[in-house]
Amino acid sequence: MSDLRSPLARARGLGSARDGLAHWWAQRLTAIALIPLVVWFAISLVMLSGADYGVVRAWIGSPLVMVLLILTIAVGLHHGQLGLQVVIEDYVHGDGRKLALIVAVRFVAAVFGLAAIVAVLRIGFGG
Amino acid sequence: MSVANRPVHRPLSPHLQVYRPQITSVLSILHRATGIALSVGALYLATWVIYAAASPKAYALFQSFNTSIVGRIVLGGWLFCVFYHLCNGIRHLFWDAGYGFELKDAYRSGWIVIVVSLVATAVSWIVGLRLV
Repeated sequence: MSDLRSPLARARGLGSARDGLAHWWAQRLTAIALIPLVVWFAISLVMLSGADYGVVRAWIGSPLVMVLLILTIAVGLHHGQLGLQVVIEDYVHGDGRKLALIVAVRFVAAVFGLAAIVAVLRIGFGG
Repeated sequence: MSVANRPVHRPLSPHLQVYRPQITSVLSILHRATGIALSVGALYLATWVIYAAASPKAYALFQSFNTSIVGRIVLGGWLFCVFYHLCNGIRHLFWDAGYGFELKDAYRSGWIVIVVSLVATAVSWIVGLRLV
């Protein structure tokens, strides 16, 4: 098989060697971190199935849960946006739409992530 | 035509609609599908935490949906997505480390992923149902 890159791309020096590895590595690192986090979170969510408002708040507000929950939110959303970026790059054609969607995913993840972390801190510190 | 202008023959992705489904390809696309579903689910769960911080009334609204039949079915779907993406993600990490590439191994690990994720989903879903 011949070179898979077009002459123009080769001349520009673009391609996976530029910043593809950082994305790939971040995806794996967040995946490994999420193995224990997501197992803990899924079990916790199931155990909280019938829990009322007070029980849920007491659970969220305990120090260990706060730490694990904030980690799960941050790492989970980061992993999600990295994954969605790959899906968008594969299936959405047209540079403009592709870029717009990737930016939108990042913004939504940042807003929801930060709002959820602030909510956890509010519950924990009684704001 | 000069060398620089000659078209480059890049390999094309298989078109799903004309590609005979195999366990390897089905599990691969399912990994993406569950990943997308979990991203949407993450927004719902973030909202759940935000509502828990807001007020008892706001939270009661969420809880009434979560404990409804539809809510339980959504939780079951979420649990399957979590366990499937988790198990198949671990399968991917083994591939990244260079293990399990033989076709026989890829099929076997695929079936392990299916069985483990279905069992974990069923067990956790039933436990949750009994707690409601």
